[in-house]
Amino acid sequence: MIAQADTALLDVQRLSKTYLGRHNLADRLSGRKQTRVQAVSDVSFGVRPGEILGLIGESGCGKSTLGRSILRLHEPSAGKVVFDGVDVTGLDDAAMKAMRRRMQIIFQDPYASLNPRRTVAEIVGLPLKLHGLTKTPTEARDKVVAMVEKVGLKSAHLDRYPHQFSGGQRQRIGIARALVSNPEFIVCDEPVSALDVSIQAQIIELLTDLKQEMGLTYLFISHDISVIGYLSDRVAVMYLGEIVEMGPVESILTGPRHPYTQSLMSAVPEVDAGVRKARVRLTGDLPSPLSPPSGCKFHTRCPLAIDICRRQAPVTERVGNGHQAACHRLNENLSLLDPVGT
Amino acid sequence: MTAIDNGPAASADPVVNSIFRRNMATFAENRLALGSAVVVLLFVLMAVFAPFIAPHDPNVTDLFRRLQPPAWQEGGDWAYLLGCDALGRDILSRIIYGARISIFVGAAVVLVATTIGIVAGLAAGFLRGWVDTVISRVVDILLGFPYLIFAIGLMAMMGPGLINIILALVYKEWVIPCRVVRGETLATRELEYVEAARALGASSRHIMMREILPNILSPVIVVSTIRMAHVIILEASLSFLGLGVQPPTASWGAMVADGRAFIMQSWWVSTFPGIAILLLVLGINVASQGLRDAFDPRFHE
Repeated sequence: MIAQADTALLDVQRLSKTYLGRHNLADRLSGRKQTRVQAVSDVSFGVRPGEILGLIGESGCGKSTLGRSILRLHEPSAGKVVFDGVDVTGLDDAAMKAMRRRMQIIFQDPYASLNPRRTVAEIVGLPLKLHGLTKTPTEARDKVVAMVEKVGLKSAHLDRYPHQFSGGQRQRIGIARALVSNPEFIVCDEPVSALDVSIQAQIIELLTDLKQEMGLTYLFISHDISVIGYLSDRVAVMYLGEIVEMGPVESILTGPRHPYTQSLMSAVPEVDAGVRKARVRLTGDLPSPLSPPSGCKFHTRCPLAIDICRRQAPVTERVGNGHQAACHRLNENLSLLDPVGT
Repeated sequence: MTAIDNGPAASADPVVNSIFRRNMATFAENRLALGSAVVVLLFVLMAVFAPFIAPHDPNVTDLFRRLQPPAWQEGGDWAYLLGCDALGRDILSRIIYGARISIFVGAAVVLVATTIGIVAGLAAGFLRGWVDTVISRVVDILLGFPYLIFAIGLMAMMGPGLINIILALVYKEWVIPCRVVRGETLATRELEYVEAARALGASSRHIMMREILPNILSPVIVVSTIRMAHVIILEASLSFLGLGVQPPTASWGAMVADGRAFIMQSWWVSTFPGIAILLLVLGINVASQGLRDAFDPRFHE
């Protein structure tokens, strides 16, 4: 385990989230075993103030679960989430509520994330109301207006309902709701992947502007390498509930060490037609987290897998400045990305 | 009627919840449903204004008019349009007053049952765990009893009377809105706006009452209207069996029962209250189906 900097705003320590299947009396009597899905297993990382940590991985790898576990939207099964020196996993309801003002989330689906029966003013004003942040309705209204204008909507929009807006506008409403209580840390759970590409750029720009303006820290979850590469200061790569590689964005993009990261990078389309990259094709699907593979979880799809990979899980090792990876063959310096023909 | 010329949803005013307006416009386009709603409305007005509409006192007996036929038959009298019953009471007046019992019992049972069902269903669907297990088992057990037999048993225990009818029917009726609410809640609680509310620090009560409930109300209202027709039939059945409101209060079910002995000679005693039950129940059923078609997005093209 790599020690985290003491200055971290958010420090996630050995966090796990296991979903237990139904296990009633009948199941118990018939000796059926309870199904468990380990969505996140033993994940540790830190996020420094003002930083954007990109979290990347394919669908079903547990990245959204990780984001929600940090905010205790899904209760973590094990591990600690230390935010600004406080372990939030141990907080009671009242303390947790106070903490929620400081840690927020922006959701993926701008259609599902807004209550269809509430006006924009009610949606954006809800955090102010819940936390008693404003004393008078006028003050609340003013704050809502200011926030709504900050995300690029007009005060004329305030009394409309979500279905009267486009996807991009709805995402702006979701951002306004997350930021109106002046939080410090935001989990961005694929905030642009449901949007058109042209809108994506606008929302990303908005998020980076707001980060500067309000001094925010992001955990930015995405499956889009170009978005992550553009935004992040550091990148964590997730596979089947584990972080397999993490490091500064340049070293992950230019020198990925884990074969899974390498295969992800090889999938990024190259703009320069002259460059011919090796294309690593992974075979098969993501294994079911119901029965994860033994040893290194990636061995079933890894082109470099050897005998030890099937038997023993690799430990996370330091491979560079702030760069870590978990693979048995790290020191052999193999790369799937070597130019074709060599 | 007048509502038809509104055409497709009026969307001029963005402030009004236009989903509701569009649904109501869809409903208004369905002429059969709209006509049925008018029939139901007429029955309601009849019940409310019974003292002003009824030509005679429903409880005054006149043995000289015993089993007097309807006005258009030989021996009939236009002052007693639908004839008289075995005690010489005016059948039309008794039908008009009887509408009060049917509609009051129907509305009261559905209102109370829906309120209980919403609370229990929200608790079961949102809190899950042992709360859900307990509520769902009780619902399953109650569903296992035949409705009418169950109500008869309860009436036998509690004795007849208006309040007791309502209680006997609510005992089982609440499970229906409860199941609807539970199912809708289970689906709605997984939506991101519910998660968003929790992330913002909202309490469970806030999430249940302010985030989930407003969004599941449409199907609940539709189901409750359909159930009102069933409840009216059940009240009529209990009254027919003599377990409902007690004589001389007029109730359609009891009136049908009164005329049973004379059905071969004096068909009108049972037939007219029977037609009243039929018209009201049919009206509610067709109107509520129109409501369902209008409010359920699956029926929109």
